[in-house]
Amino acid sequence: MKFILSETLTTEEVLKDFNEEKSNLIPMLQILQTKIGYVTREGVYAIAAKLNVPPAEVYGVATFFAQFKFEPSGKYHILICMGTACHVNGAREVLGAVERELGINEGETTEDGLFTIEEVACLGCCSLAPVMMINKEIHAGLTPTKAIKVIKAIRKEEENES
Amino acid sequence: MKVRVGLASCGISAGGQVVYDEFESEISKLVEDKKIELSITGCLGICFAEPIVDVIDDEGKVYRYTKIDKKKTQQIVQKHLIEGQPIDELLINTDPIFAQQVKIVLRNCGFIDPESIEAYEEVDGYKAIRKALDKMTKEEVIEEVKESGLRGRGGAGFSTGMKWMFAANNPNEPRYIICNADEGDPGAFANRAVLEGDPHAVLEGMMLAAYSMGCEKGYIYCRAEYPLAVERLQIAIDQAREKGYLGYNIMGSGFDFDLEIFEGAGAFVCGEETALMQSIEGARGMPRLRPPYPAQKGLFGQPTTINNVETLADIPYIILHGGAKYYEYGIAKSRGTKVFSVAGKVRNGGLVEVPMGMSLRNIICDICDGIKDDKKVKAVQLGGPSGGCLPESLLDTVVDYETLTETGAIVGSGGMIVADETTCMVDLARFFLSFTQQESCGKCTFCRIGTKRMLEILNNICDGKGKVGDIEELERLGTTIKNSSLCALGGTAPNPVLTTIRYFRQEYDAHITEQRCPAKSCKALITYEIIDGCVGCGSCVRVCPSDAIIGTKRKGDVDLWREEHGIFVIIDDKCIRCHMCIASCRYDAIEVS
Ligand SMILES: Cc1cc2nc3c(=O)[nH]c(=O)nc-3n(C[C@H](O)[C@H](O)[C@H](O)COP(=O)(O)O)c2cc1C
Ligand code: FES
Repeated sequence: MKFILSETLTTEEVLKDFNEEKSNLIPMLQILQTKIGYVTREGVYAIAAKLNVPPAEVYGVATFFAQFKFEPSGKYHILICMGTACHVNGAREVLGAVERELGINEGETTEDGLFTIEEVACLGCCSLAPVMMINKEIHAGLTPTKAIKVIKAIRKEEENES
Repeated sequence: MKVRVGLASCGISAGGQVVYDEFESEISKLVEDKKIELSITGCLGICFAEPIVDVIDDEGKVYRYTKIDKKKTQQIVQKHLIEGQPIDELLINTDPIFAQQVKIVLRNCGFIDPESIEAYEEVDGYKAIRKALDKMTKEEVIEEVKESGLRGRGGAGFSTGMKWMFAANNPNEPRYIICNADEGDPGAFANRAVLEGDPHAVLEGMMLAAYSMGCEKGYIYCRAEYPLAVERLQIAIDQAREKGYLGYNIMGSGFDFDLEIFEGAGAFVCGEETALMQSIEGARGMPRLRPPYPAQKGLFGQPTTINNVETLADIPYIILHGGAKYYEYGIAKSRGTKVFSVAGKVRNGGLVEVPMGMSLRNIICDICDGIKDDKKVKAVQLGGPSGGCLPESLLDTVVDYETLTETGAIVGSGGMIVADETTCMVDLARFFLSFTQQESCGKCTFCRIGTKRMLEILNNICDGKGKVGDIEELERLGTTIKNSSLCALGGTAPNPVLTTIRYFRQEYDAHITEQRCPAKSCKALITYEIIDGCVGCGSCVRVCPSDAIIGTKRKGDVDLWREEHGIFVIIDDKCIRCHMCIASCRYDAIEVS
């Protein structure tokens, strides 16, 4: 099972507000990423057709930036800060604990499609290091144990819902 | 009475939203004549103390509560708001922290509601642009900025007034102004605080820049990792449009200007101005050779000025109070104030805005109250991945562009990471290099391959496989990369390595010749051991993910248990050095050696 944000939204609908100016390339990729959940092959071809450039060029840009993913990611996107302040305050241990708790490595998604772990360079909350962000919500002042608690709480909530 | 709750990212992540919601529901229950105004505000800079709540009485006196949670909120409502009795135990006096600071960039952060344009107008907001449009020529605006001595706060420290003059003198049209809100240095958060806490100041700075250079369009290039900043900027832009500060014929002056946000897509190199423009144009963010400079040929081939958030937030102050007033602060060729993001092992981490020329010691040991757990400062790393690492013995160095450059560090983004004796300098250098290595765009060979070779050597040293001669090889590679890279990413990437070698060579030596990490941090060079203090509680066994701890859990008397079973033991082969056991041990009975 994978979580795709919208089953019904078509690529065409997502991209309908953009004109053929090339400066729309990254905003178009971004909207695909947020609305569909990842950059689809279909999306790349649609962008290429709209901007009148080869699909390879769209891929070229998309693969350059860390934000774009080419596979659906988990329902909960865990960004673990590996910035300097977090690094010196034990971010490696937090990452390790979350990886072990979920049984996946950084960059991977759990089997059930619930969690994806990703490293990020800095979330701007350096004085409360180490921190992680889960779907735009920041959790600060972590320890490995605290991080695991956060994950367990989400899991429990999910189980209760289903 | 008024209540304001700090809701920047730092405040929210520390639990500020819960506190705000609690105030909202409690206040709504109060009777009509106990009117209390509740608002949000940005980051005061004392992030270590979040969530922060200010209660302001009718005379304007501020009571500052820190580290507030739901329960304390209820106490404040009952005691202070209803009974009129401030709760002394929860209050802190922030005067010692702010006494030596001068807030220009951060003048409104933590005081006004960033989502209200009226709040900004009340504190002289949009008065500078009104003054410029009513009474000043474009040239006079640039002259004022020149006179202030302001230099770009994004890293390079180029004179802002000069930069504007170059763009204004280019006859081609249209012209563009870009605000660089990419804040790529992992460990700097001053731009975030301004964007989240006082977005209108950035807009006003951009408007003044646009007016002086004749730009009709502006972009704010904001990193995607700052979703709240993007949200508040968008609110600010919408409000400014509605009030006629943006759009056609602004305040009846005939000046047209509008701007939009461009969200970054997660590439450090896009903070570099030419790469940034490439990505707005819809291409891979790769830097190009300068000249031509953006003022000559920038975005879409047109004259463009790129300024940092902090630089732009200074501008309304300079126009309103005069360049000479700004110039009064600072020393030598570094004028005005600078915001430093102090984090790491420091006790009171957060944002500190001081006049240029203050010593590092003053900032770290006085304003930020030194190191956590009463440890000692070992080093301070300035300016992020492009910057350098200075030892404790250089803490009396004053921060200005020229003095810091002499030491091998830079002012840069103002990121200041403080390290104590448990931070390994070789590992820190490796950390920065692995960051720049990953973020290298790959265009030029020295940066792409050179950083990779350096990283391999550093990895070996941290793994205890370093060889004699490695240090010299790092120096050789580092110097070559510095001298031959196309942009400043490669041009500065070796700095953390070169400065740590310069000031902490003995630590490199210990790793290489003795296979020892003096800071006890490099995983391959340390072992974990359970010592005599162990009482057999078994909490380490429970958390150990690799079943590396053996022993029998104690039931009953400690001495008897010790005699019978002996304390717990860690099997080194199985230990993955995850640190979980140490974190769980309440008896300090696990030692790293
Ligand atoms: C690799 C690299 C990353 C940079 N990142 C940033 C950044 O995140 N923010 C910024 O304002 N300037 C950054 N700069 C500096 C910009 O190129 C540019 O000098 C600056 O935005 C100019 O604004 P200022 O004159 O106001 O300082 C970076 C430079 C390089 C080489
Ligand atoms: S280093 Fe982690 S939030 Fe900045």
